[in-house]
Amino acid sequence: MTTSQQPSTRVILCTGAGGVGKTTTAAAIARRAARLGMRAVVVTIDPARRLADVLGISLFDIRSHGTAPVQVPLEAPGELWAMMLDAAAMFDDVVREQAADLQQAERILSNSFYRSIAGSLGGTQEYMASEVLHRLHGDPRWDLVVVDTPPSRASLRFLEAPDVLSRFLEHRAFRAMMLAGGSGGRLLSAASQPLLKLIGSVVGGAALADAVAFFQSFGGMEAGFRVRSQQVREILTAESTAFVVVTTAQSDSVSEAMWFKDQLIERGHAPRAIVVNRVHPQWGAVTGLNVVEADVGLGLVLRNQRWLEQISASEATQISRLVNELDANEMRDAHDSEPITVIRVPLMVGEVESAEGLDAIGALVLDGLNATGA
Amino acid sequence: MSKESMGEMADNVQATVSERSVAPSESSSTAALAAEALPTVVILAGKGGVGKTTVTAVMARGALDAGLKVLVVDVEGSSVWPRLLPDVDESALRIVHLQAQDLLEEYLESRRMGRIARRLRNSGVLEVVGTAAPGIEDVVILGKLKQLERSGQWDLILVDAPAAGHAITMLTSAGGIAAAVSAGPLRTQADEVLEFLADPLRCMVMLVTLAEATPVNEVIETAFALEDRVGIRLGPVLVNRVDHVEQGLLEADLSAVLRAVPVDRRKEMDGLLAAAEFRRGRALQQQRHINRLASELPLAQFLFAQAPTAEMRAGEIADLAGPMSEWLAASFLLRGPHLDSDSGGASDGRQK
Repeated sequence: MTTSQQPSTRVILCTGAGGVGKTTTAAAIARRAARLGMRAVVVTIDPARRLADVLGISLFDIRSHGTAPVQVPLEAPGELWAMMLDAAAMFDDVVREQAADLQQAERILSNSFYRSIAGSLGGTQEYMASEVLHRLHGDPRWDLVVVDTPPSRASLRFLEAPDVLSRFLEHRAFRAMMLAGGSGGRLLSAASQPLLKLIGSVVGGAALADAVAFFQSFGGMEAGFRVRSQQVREILTAESTAFVVVTTAQSDSVSEAMWFKDQLIERGHAPRAIVVNRVHPQWGAVTGLNVVEADVGLGLVLRNQRWLEQISASEATQISRLVNELDANEMRDAHDSEPITVIRVPLMVGEVESAEGLDAIGALVLDGLNATGA
Repeated sequence: MSKESMGEMADNVQATVSERSVAPSESSSTAALAAEALPTVVILAGKGGVGKTTVTAVMARGALDAGLKVLVVDVEGSSVWPRLLPDVDESALRIVHLQAQDLLEEYLESRRMGRIARRLRNSGVLEVVGTAAPGIEDVVILGKLKQLERSGQWDLILVDAPAAGHAITMLTSAGGIAAAVSAGPLRTQADEVLEFLADPLRCMVMLVTLAEATPVNEVIETAFALEDRVGIRLGPVLVNRVDHVEQGLLEADLSAVLRAVPVDRRKEMDGLLAAAEFRRGRALQQQRHINRLASELPLAQFLFAQAPTAEMRAGEIADLAGPMSEWLAASFLLRGPHLDSDSGGASDGRQK
């Protein structure tokens, strides 16, 4: 295998605010890795069709495989695989796997409360993304797993996801629900408990009964979830896992990236790079041509140049906010942290979804990443 | 509603907003967007990164300039408002951050369920309630909007909705609750919210997008999802950050430009000409997406020009607000008199 990829990087997580180009960046990284001879798989938890769009494969292909990746045709020494997370289907899988027996699994899967929360409950998407990461990471078919995480605030939930379900099951109100009916699951006695009565008075009795039945049917599965959450946490904090924060040069997006980078560090994850997407390219400055500016065409071209210089200068100011802060951090913690590289990806004419666009981005980002930790 | 009926509501007129630094060209002076009866509540929805907050600020600025009393409802708690809309008169423009937890408490208090409200807060059970009845937080926020609209205090209420698919989730929440909960205060609230959302004279959604492939695909999907699943009125689409290039530059013969430069300086022109080509390429590419949007989504479009900055401030917002202000003023006049009598403060607010 001819590759400049550090042999140690097994997982790359693309994080950042919504709409900054995370999916494209993740797809480009995986594609580049395949070109360099690796067997790469890219996973998106974005329910929209972005990944399919970016990779030029049909939505049907990527969806019909449910909880398994599909191979993307690519002329490369390595392999490129893609997967779009179906949180509800993955939740079903997890329930089947963790349940003590078939009956318990069926009880949960057929519960109407479960059906309504499986795909929509806050944190479910993120929890299932961490589950996917765990599966792909442990699968010898792939050398590199690239994850396109949900937008930053939600991706903090993704990082915490391993704990969410266990915490959820330990919540005092849920415990009350689980214990409510005793061994027989009598709902009348459940409703007699003050806390449950309170909840029931707001959401209605039927919804509450379903919820109680749901949590009762989870009995005994907490331990399995706790073990899994520990394993995922180990992957997320491993040396072989690289976090990439994606942003644009827009001030709000830069502020969000800086905030998010701090959140990552606080949680013990070392971000390896910040990718600044869609930066206006720089053009050589020309001076002293004003003498002939009377020419209409030249006037237009010079005005265009000034407009581009103006926006470039403004973007440069924003990017230097980022760079300066990273430099300051580095001076302060020189001894115990790897420097974070800033990788600029230029705004392109032509669709980034084109093969050339993805190759260009992939080369910039993955090679930039490799240059850092080497 | 079908594609056809959406077509009836739309003229496909485009209003282009030009920024100060580029001389206005022929194409920026296109016909103004046709006015349409303005509902009190306008919900701005769009995926993350399209500049929803900026566009909300432009609309608020435009409404203020038209003499309307404006309330901006921020659901996510953004910190950028002071930069976008500094030094505004609180009686003419107010910005509030609505939080579901506070609203649920307030709502229960108003239903003489204050004891429950306090217990919900103290025991941290809201999370659990939210789990047992998904969508409860969204319904409570929409219920508050309905109440603000009824109060008649504001001529226009702009809602900077949560990003991404959450806007659809939020707007479908009432239907979900009405289907799942058969009785009780929550059900009543959900029914009232459904009625409110379906009334085109009380509220509409304006979708925000960019002239790029994915945002255009997504806004088309969202528009049809909202039509099918919520039946809410859709106003003009707001296309943000359109790289608005002078018409002359699009048509310029670049080789003739090169010939106009003294021979000894032509080598330096490489960068200039490449920059011109770059910008023309971008503009044409965006125009293709705008045309695609117009042909696939029969809604009028408002185009906002990209300002040459990575940080929008009050000046840029004011520059973009002009045509929006005219449209809002004309659309406000088309609001039925029956609504004016309902909203007491309206006529005072319009005095400039």
